[in-house]
Order: sequence, then C-alpha cells, then structure tokens
Amino acid sequence: MKLSLNFVKDYVDIPENVSLKDLAEDMTRVGNEYDSAEKLVNSTNLVIGEVLSCVNHPDSDHLHLCKVNVGKEMLNIVCGAPNVREGLKVIVALNGAELPGGIVIKKSMIRGQESNGMLCALYEIGIEKKYLSEADKNGICELPKDAPIGEDPIKYLKLDDSFIDFELTANRGDLLSVLGMAYEISSIYDKKVTLPELKHSESGENIEKEFETIVETDNCSLFLTRKAKDVVIKESPDFIKNRLIASGIRPINNVVDISNYVMLELGQPLHFYDADNLGNKILVRMAEKNEKITTLDGIDRTLTEDDIVITDGKKPVGLAGVMGGLNTEVESTTKNVIIEAAIFDNVKIRKTSNKILRSEASNRFEKGLDPARTYMAIERACMLLEKYADAKIATGILKYDKTNNKEKEIKIEYQFINDVLGTNIPKEDILDVFRKLKFETKPEKDYVIVIVPTRRIDISIKEDLVEEVGRIYGVDKIVGKLPVVSMKMGSVDKTLRKIRHKMSNLGLNETLSYILMNDKEVKRFTCDEFEPLKLLDPITEDRNTLRYSMIPSLYKIYEYNKARENKDVCLFEIGKGFWNKNGTFGEDQKICVLMTGKYYNKIGYNEEINFYDIKGVTEELLDFLGYGNRYSFVMPKNIPQEFHPGQVAEISVNNDIVGIVGKIHPKVEENNVFVMEINLSKLLEKKVSKMKFKEISKFPVIKKDISVLVDKSISSQELETRIKKKAGKLLLDIKLFDVYEGKNIIDKNKRSLAYSLTFGDPAKTLNDDEINVILEKIIEDLAKSGIELRK
Amino acid sequence: MKEKIEEIKNKSIKEIKELIDLKQLEELRIKYLGKKGELTALLKGLKDVAESQRPIIGNLVNDVRNNLETLISEKETELKERELNKKLEQEKIDITIPGNKLKRGSIHPLNRIIEDMEDLFVSMGYDVVTGPELETDEFCFERLNLPKGHPARDMQDSFYITDEYLLRTQTSSVQARTMIANTEKTPIRMITCGKTYRREDDATHSHQFNQIEGLVIDKKDAHVSLADLKGTLEVFVKKIIGANLDLRFRPSYFPFTEPSYEVDVTCFKCGGKGCNLCKGTGWIEVLGSGIVHPNVLKVNGYDPDQYGGFAFGTGIDRLAMFRYGITDMRYLYTNDVRFLNQFDRKDEE
Repeated sequence: MKLSLNFVKDYVDIPENVSLKDLAEDMTRVGNEYDSAEKLVNSTNLVIGEVLSCVNHPDSDHLHLCKVNVGKEMLNIVCGAPNVREGLKVIVALNGAELPGGIVIKKSMIRGQESNGMLCALYEIGIEKKYLSEADKNGICELPKDAPIGEDPIKYLKLDDSFIDFELTANRGDLLSVLGMAYEISSIYDKKVTLPELKHSESGENIEKEFETIVETDNCSLFLTRKAKDVVIKESPDFIKNRLIASGIRPINNVVDISNYVMLELGQPLHFYDADNLGNKILVRMAEKNEKITTLDGIDRTLTEDDIVITDGKKPVGLAGVMGGLNTEVESTTKNVIIEAAIFDNVKIRKTSNKILRSEASNRFEKGLDPARTYMAIERACMLLEKYADAKIATGILKYDKTNNKEKEIKIEYQFINDVLGTNIPKEDILDVFRKLKFETKPEKDYVIVIVPTRRIDISIKEDLVEEVGRIYGVDKIVGKLPVVSMKMGSVDKTLRKIRHKMSNLGLNETLSYILMNDKEVKRFTCDEFEPLKLLDPITEDRNTLRYSMIPSLYKIYEYNKARENKDVCLFEIGKGFWNKNGTFGEDQKICVLMTGKYYNKIGYNEEINFYDIKGVTEELLDFLGYGNRYSFVMPKNIPQEFHPGQVAEISVNNDIVGIVGKIHPKVEENNVFVMEINLSKLLEKKVSKMKFKEISKFPVIKKDISVLVDKSISSQELETRIKKKAGKLLLDIKLFDVYEGKNIIDKNKRSLAYSLTFGDPAKTLNDDEINVILEKIIEDLAKSGIELRK
Repeated sequence: MKEKIEEIKNKSIKEIKELIDLKQLEELRIKYLGKKGELTALLKGLKDVAESQRPIIGNLVNDVRNNLETLISEKETELKERELNKKLEQEKIDITIPGNKLKRGSIHPLNRIIEDMEDLFVSMGYDVVTGPELETDEFCFERLNLPKGHPARDMQDSFYITDEYLLRTQTSSVQARTMIANTEKTPIRMITCGKTYRREDDATHSHQFNQIEGLVIDKKDAHVSLADLKGTLEVFVKKIIGANLDLRFRPSYFPFTEPSYEVDVTCFKCGGKGCNLCKGTGWIEVLGSGIVHPNVLKVNGYDPDQYGGFAFGTGIDRLAMFRYGITDMRYLYTNDVRFLNQFDRKDEE
C-alpha cells in the first residue's frame, strides 16, 4: 500500500516535527513495515520558464536553440523535444539541478552551441511513464499559459507530495485505505481523525422505480446500488490525478479516477457500469460452468461454478470483485453510471483473482471489508461525481444487506494483559491506549469492555486486544527476562551429530544438497522397489520429484566440482530419502559418501582412492557405531546398472541389508568414483550393546603367520571363516596382511593371501606345540579344498 | 721388567690418544689386554720374576692394566658419542617439508550453527525434537490456525505431493506434532531445526532452506509472557548471531501466534548506520515470534485457559551467511569443495 502523504493529511494532523522517515519508522514500530519512503518528485532546482524564441540548431535535424525566460534571467538552452515551441510555458532544470538517475545539469556545449539548463518532460523529473498521457510520454511538459514564471513547478503542479510504500501484514485489511492509515497514525501521535465529506444532493425519480438488484448467492453479503446521471467525462483535477499517481494508480478520466480515489480513501472497491449499456437490472449469482465473459482488458474468460458474476439478468457484465465486463465499461461517451458498492466472499474472490488477475480491488476483497465503509464509499463516490463530473445523483439507494454490522464487545481483565505481556502497565495507561485507538470502552475495576469499531475486522478475541496494547504502549518498553519455570534437563539425540563429526574426521566434506530432482534421476543407483513421489506443481522439471537415494545428489555435486577441475572430492551428507510404497508415504534418514581422487595427503604417495578406501570408511563408521563383528559385505543379488558389476557390495548388518557401496560404472563415469549409502533409519534400529571393559589377559599371546595360495574365486572372507572355525576359541584375532597376485605365481587363477593369527588363552600361558597342532589342523582342512601353503 | 712395563704404559697411552674409531680401539684392547696381548704376556711372565719382586711387579702390571682399561672405557664412550653425533648429523632432515596428513574433512556451515543452537537451548532446559519433512496439510497448516483458504497460506506457496501431503513449509509443523504427542499435556520446552521447502526460487530465496523453531508452553501460573520471549530471544541473538547486536521487537502477524512480533537486529553489514542490505533502516529482520494463539493450543489439546506460552522461529541460512561472511546464498547448496574446505576447523569460542 503506497500512502500519499498529502492524501492522509486530509484526515489526520501529522506533527510538524515528524519527518517522512520518522513517520515511516514510527509506523514500523507499531507493526507496519515499509519498503520505501520518498518524495513523489525527487528533483531539485526546477523553475517555471517561458520559451521566448525557438530556432533549429544549425548542425542538427532535431535539436532546437531556445531562449528561455526563467524570471531572474534569460537562458540559452538546447532542447531536443519535438513539442518545444515559442511561447510555451515549461519546466526548466537550472544548472546544478539533480534529476533522478543521478543526472546533474551542467553548463555544456551541444554540437557547438552553449546550453544552460534543460527543458524537462514529467518522466525526466521523476514521474514514471506508466502514469502519463501519450503527450507527456513523448515530449516535454506543457504547462498552462498562466503558469507563473520563476516559481517552483512541483508546487504549481501539486506534485509536492511524498509517499510511503508499506508492506502490510495479511490481517490488517483496514490499512488498505487512507482513512485506516489516518486512524493508525492518529493512535501514534494522539490526534483526531477527520472523516471525509459525504454530503451530496439527490434529484429526479427514485432509483427503486427504474432499477432492480437481485442477489442469488450467499457469497455476496452486501450490495448497494446508486445511479449518477449526466456525467461529464473529462480529465480529473490535479489533486486527484497526483494522489492516484502517488498511490501507484494511473489516472484515466474523472469518473474512473473517482472510483479508484474512493477505493484508496476508504478501502472499499467500487464498480461503475455504463447504465445505458447495462439496462435496468443487476443479478448477482455464481457463474455457470463454462460461462463466458469478456473482461475490461479485452480477454475472453471461461468461468467455473466457483466464480461470482454480476449479470444484467441474462449475461455476465462483471466478474465480481476482480474485473468488470467490457460490455458495460465506462467510456468517454458514457452519460449515466450505475455505482456498485458490495462485499463478496473473500475466499471466492481470492480463488478467482488467483486465476484471472490480482488487482488493487481483489486484494481488498480478499483481506475483508467493513460494511460501514461500503455505505460510506457509495455516498463519497456520489459526492465526488457531483462535484468533479457534474453528475446528478438519482434519489435513493438500493440495498441488499445480509451483514451483521454490529460492533464487537470484548471483555478483558487488566491483569490478563499484563500477564501475557509480562508487564505492570497501570489500568489508566491501558485505557489510554484504547482511547488513542478510538475504541470505546466501559471500564470496570478489574476489567474493561472494549467496543471494537467495525473497521478493525482483525480484532475478535482478547489476545488481539493484548497486541493492540502492546504495540501502542510500546514493545520497546517491555523489559526482557528469562522464563521462571521449573528446572528441567534439556535433551538432544546426538547420534547424527556424532556421525557427522566422525565422517568429517575421516577426511570427508559435509555437503548440503537439494532433495528435489528430476524424475528420471530418482531410480538411479538403486534396485529397490518404490513409486517416485512427484510434485503436483513443480517450479521446473529439473526438480519435480523427491529423491529416494542420495547417491544421485552427491554424484551431481561431484559433477559440479569436476566441471570446475576440483580434484580429490570426498563428500558425505546426512539427509532424507523419501518413498511411496503401495500408497504409504515415508522418509528415511540416510548417509551417503562419495570418494574420488587422492585420500592420503602424503608427499610422494600418489595412489588413487580404490574400493577398499571407501569400504574402510564404511567399516570405520559401522565400528564407531558399535556394529563391529556384526556386519559383512556381500555380493548384491541385483546390481543397479550404475555400479561397476565387479566392485560393488551390499552392506549387511545382522544379515539385513542396510546399504550399498561400490564403484560407479565406467559407462556412467569415466573417472574412478566410489559411492556408499546406508539407510540410517534402518541401521540405527538395530540395538548396540553397552560399551564395556573386557579384562586384559595376563598371559602372553602367540602370533603365527600363514600364507596360502588360493583360487581367485575364493573370497578372503570365506577363507577367514574356515580358518576361524578350525582354530577354535584360542584364536583371538585374524588379520589379512598381504594380498599378492602376479608373476611369482605361476597359476594365473590363483593368488596368495597372508594372515596373521593371534592365539591366546585367558587362563594360562600357551606353548608353541599346542598352537602348532592347531595350525596343522587348519592346513589339513584347507588342503582338502586344494588350498596349499605358499612357500 | 719395570722398564718394559713403563714402555708399554707410555706406548699404549700414546696409541689411545691417536686412534680414531671403535675398531682401532678394539684392536688396541686385544693388542694389550687380549689373551695374547702384551700386558697379558707380562702377567704370564711373572713366574720368571724373583719371588720377592713378584708382588711389586704384579701390582705394577695391574695398575697399568687398570689404568689402560679405564682409558679404553673412556675412549670408547668418547668415540661412541662422536659416532652418534656423526649419525645424528647425517640424519638431519628438512623440517619445513609438510607433514603427512589424512585428507581433512569439514562440517557444513549450516550444521555448525544448528549444533550451536541446539547446545544453547539444551543448556536452557529445552528438548531438541525432530519431525517429518514430508508433512500433512493438517500439521503444516490446519493445526496451526491456518485453515484451507486462509490468505496467509499465500505467504507460503507450497510443494504438494497430493491434496493432503506436502513438503513442510515451516518447522512449525513440529510444534503441532509435539503438542499432540505429549498426551500427558505437561509443560513443553522444545526446539527443532531442519529443512523446509517453499515454491519460490530466486536470488534471495532458495526453494529449500532451513529453519529453527522453538516452543514453550507452561501452566498459566508460570506466567510465560512476552517479556520472557524477549529475554529468551535476546539470549539467542547475542549467543548465536552477535554479542553486540541490539534487538527490536516489531508487532506483526502470524496466524499461529497472538500477539505476534517480528524481531529485527542491528544490521550485520553496516552496524545500524543504514546500507543497501538493510534498505537504509539499520535493522535486519531475523525472527518471527509471539504468544501461542489460543486456537493453536485448543486444536492441539491444550486448554488455553490453563496453559500459555510462546513460540519463535527463523531461517538459519541467513544466520550462517552472516556468521561466516558468506556473500551468496547459493554457495550453501552448490557444495564447491573450495567452499566446503574452508569449514575445516573449530569455531572460535
């Protein structure tokens, strides 16, 4: 809402010492933020001048050399405007003048001719072109013949206005009017509010005799009709035009401008119909399905049963609250006008305007209207039409009124206000706030009954009154303190945080990715069965689906870094994956890791990350979480096609698959990139035993190394399992310490694996012979499968 | 005999002085003290000495022998020291060559600030709770006094999956969940942090962003008031955003609170003088807050005549940007490792 200062000053006195900025800040302090507070015309050093002579520039086909009388002196000014001519009264920017866009006027030479100033168009001094007539858009401003030379043109044109562009909250529909703003300002500075003049004369036959209004829908609660006859369509007076411009509305002609002026003034949108095109009836109803109307902007609209239409009894003549119909538009030839002032259902208007057009009018209907203002507005429109459009107002008014136009009475205890605010505001000060707000009160000892004026549709419960007291009394005066409540421990589950720190300590960068992706990406890197969760109304197709796996998210981040030549990308993220399984929606907490490039930061060590590095990170995480000895890496039954089929494993904890780790398929990614994902929701459900001290054996251990030559098809894990089984419980630990395949092994299908075995007995010192017996057993067992010791 | 002894003594002392390594020392030891050494030979030759002279000569030889042993031992220590020093000299390395390190990881700035906020509120007795990101219209809006058709829903254009399910537009949904889940209807002190989503994407709005939400509900006789909200948010702003920032409470409107306040803090950039970031006002809006609306209490099972409290919430992204001086919001989501690598140390206390 752009508030014209000249406009609001008609209704409330703003103290002399309050600057524009002060007013804006004071309004902000009571809850009404502003975007900007500016003068309507921000140019300096302008005077009214008269062009005494105008000849063509000798070296230009469009410039003119003008002699301009500015009162104190005669100036030579070069001007390029097509409409400059002898005898014209003009706006002159003198040397030193500052115009919008940082332009400063200086004495200059233009193609060899001296120029001492500039003749200005209105848009050059700061009125946006969209508000101007065609003539003013294309040339310098032509002032009336009697404009006083040497005077300030801004004052003369009544453009000496300022405006504040407020960003209002959704509940304060009452502030979408100058009068509402006047009340708000009056409560800050404790001033009176003057109401607008409504008086006008009436003449001729009563409207009841010649016109009829029927309302056939509950979505219209109030509909007032009046008639203005013999209007003279012309330009509006300057004050109306300039106030519309300062409020952000383009002036059109006096009649249309008056409907906008009243809307700005009182917050009630009006609609004017050309009475001769409308006929003698208005019928308000819901539109029929696929009913058609051509709106003012010339566009054919197809309606639904949710749109409220104004009809002439047969066809639609207006889309209620949103836009009029073309067939009854007020034009330059219009003689008689039917005035509509109505209240329509805000939700219905909101729906229709979202479809068609969001306008100043629809915005006000959506926020809700005060019926008292509807009555005021129609009279005010008549008064202005009579005065500025020479209209004769027909006797009488047609009223359809189903509103409950009663003032609300709210009972509130003084103590309640102080309890909610945490204050000790005396009763007198509370009552003073209501007085400033122009709320009537019936004060009692412990409570007060507040009669809320109908303009304040936002106030309905006592908490709303607490807010009023708080904001007018001054929130700044309320001293902050910490709650005095019973002592209680705070709690937070730090599991995810600990995982985050663990992964960071393992050298990975934590990322933060978007969960929305393209529907084609969502099934990548997984064979799980689920329905993608698609948005009904995405912003772009690139982000139309909720992710399931986080791997595509991290892979995208990798690609982003790759494109910027960032090497050694090691990432992790903890986030959500979403699913729809047979109509049930859900989300899982997941962790995803991506690794590529170098992992160790050691001089001369250039080995690239391989499968075992990311597997190591995975094991570190599982061990850290307490799942040591309970996990294994198994060959997946179904391998997602984005994985290298020979370097991929499912992560199994307690024989339950919780994740996947592997290399990205070279067809997908030419570089060696490894990814891992674990479903943390699933993993963390598995209980972990308490961390507990185990007695350290007092007896020494015996270490034995064993190196075997095995078929490549036998996995290290298989071998380990066999060794463990044969070794029995004296085997405390088994560690693979070497893997060799190469030229020293003749059989190319074989490789050598070397294990270090640690034996011990918590009850006694072992001797070598006992262990050798066990070793023999192991070797014997392996030999059965053709596995031999490597010599 | 005596002359012979004297000669060996002098000769050996001279030789010891001259030798330069442990090998020569060992040779010398063998030469004089070995089984076939010269002193050993003298001792063996004692039997040929007259019996009366024998103890004298014997003592003499032993003195020389002891002396020599001491000298050898001293020389050995000296030579060993010298050799060690030589070795140490050889082992000298360029200590300016970088150390061997694992790759260094980092924690995303948003989570850094979230952890700090969680710690702060836990220290004040709050519980940190979580809620789903794929939310129902009921918890995201209806239970927060935002019925269908409410104009304030326009402020939060949403990503719907179905008519009923949407990506939560605000962490306030967790308020409703917490109140409903608390079947005993005991007092609540909670915060929640997490991702939120709105159907807008431009230079200053990301369709995905993060919020923190706080809720305090207590019996009416605990008098949890606006003053308490002010005090709590003063602590929050000073601890999390900046110790020297001022706060300004500005009446505003949210459907879930009444009265409602937006909280401005001194502009991060200009310190309150007025700049383009604060549009010349000197203030930056950071928090939304207020006294929990009686309808919200009622619909979530708390009797508004018996219970009351406050709620607050804010976007975290901008706080993280301010804390670390991040100039463009997009950095938070593009995950350039040159960005991420900068967050690899502990924050200053």
